[in-house]
Amino acid sequence: MSAASAIYFVEGVLLVAIQEDISDTDILDLQEALAERIVRDSARAVVMDINALEIVDTFVGRILAQLASVSKLLDAQTYVVGMRPAVAMTLVELGMDLPESKTALSLSHALQDLRGKPLA
Amino acid sequence: MSVPEGALVSVCVLLRDRDVLHARRVAGQELEKLGARSVKKTRFVTAVSEIGRNAVMHGGGGEARIYSQVHPPCVTVVCRDKGPGIADVDAALCDGFSTAGSMGRGLGGARRLCDQMEIETTVGKGTCVTMVARL
Ligand SMILES: Nc1ncnc2c1ncn2[C@@H]1O[C@H](COP(=O)(O)OP(=O)(O)OP(=O)(O)O)[C@@H](O)[C@H]1O
Ligand SMILES: [Mg+2]
Repeated sequence: MSAASAIYFVEGVLLVAIQEDISDTDILDLQEALAERIVRDSARAVVMDINALEIVDTFVGRILAQLASVSKLLDAQTYVVGMRPAVAMTLVELGMDLPESKTALSLSHALQDLRGKPLA
Repeated sequence: MSVPEGALVSVCVLLRDRDVLHARRVAGQELEKLGARSVKKTRFVTAVSEIGRNAVMHGGGGEARIYSQVHPPCVTVVCRDKGPGIADVDAALCDGFSTAGSMGRGLGGARRLCDQMEIETTVGKGTCVTMVARL
């Protein structure tokens, strides 16, 4: 696992903060590491914080989408949190969406959703 | 396309994914110096990422030249490779067209994300994509 992003395991949830300068290789490594961790830790969800990402291009977008699909097959829900407004606008223009992942404004929104509580 | 407007700021070699990261950082910094807003910057840097990645993945590597001009304010990125070229540019610009089994959204997406984009390509010789962001 590269140092580009650390994975934390809290309350059955894998938390990942993606670093700003993550390279293609790093994110591919992350995808693999996360799939393994979901099974090893019996995680019920993966929360990916992408707030540090200034841009999400088609490559990173595709990896994020694949990650969510893999997680789903392994019975874990993926949340993408912290997406910058400009990134959201750009993704729409690229014609990309993240079908299998839930998006939440912040980590606490995602955790609240996971606990089944309505958002405040 | 005619000579890029402004002064040459940087020449970035594009051989690996890391190089694309560097080129787009330089492009973003130049836009910031000109006072670009975050949406403008994100859009253009994303376009540079797509085109730079294409040069590395399909073009066998190349270089990006970054130009900046204050009056009127604009940043231009010229991305050139000596790869196989694109046989049918109109088809390649369509969302969903890919010879790499990928999503094929890069080229068309990049064109929507910058203010001006021109593609010059010759089969067997290479590809040169010029992207302009105007402020
Ligand atoms: N610099 C280049 N040299 C040669 N062919 C290119 C170049 N750039 C693009 N192409 C061709 O145009 C096609 C479309 O490019 P585009 O970026 O839209 O899609 P892609 O790179 O295949 O997938 P992605 O959605 O991941 O970017 C490519 O599959 C490739 O055949
Ligand atoms: Mg591409």
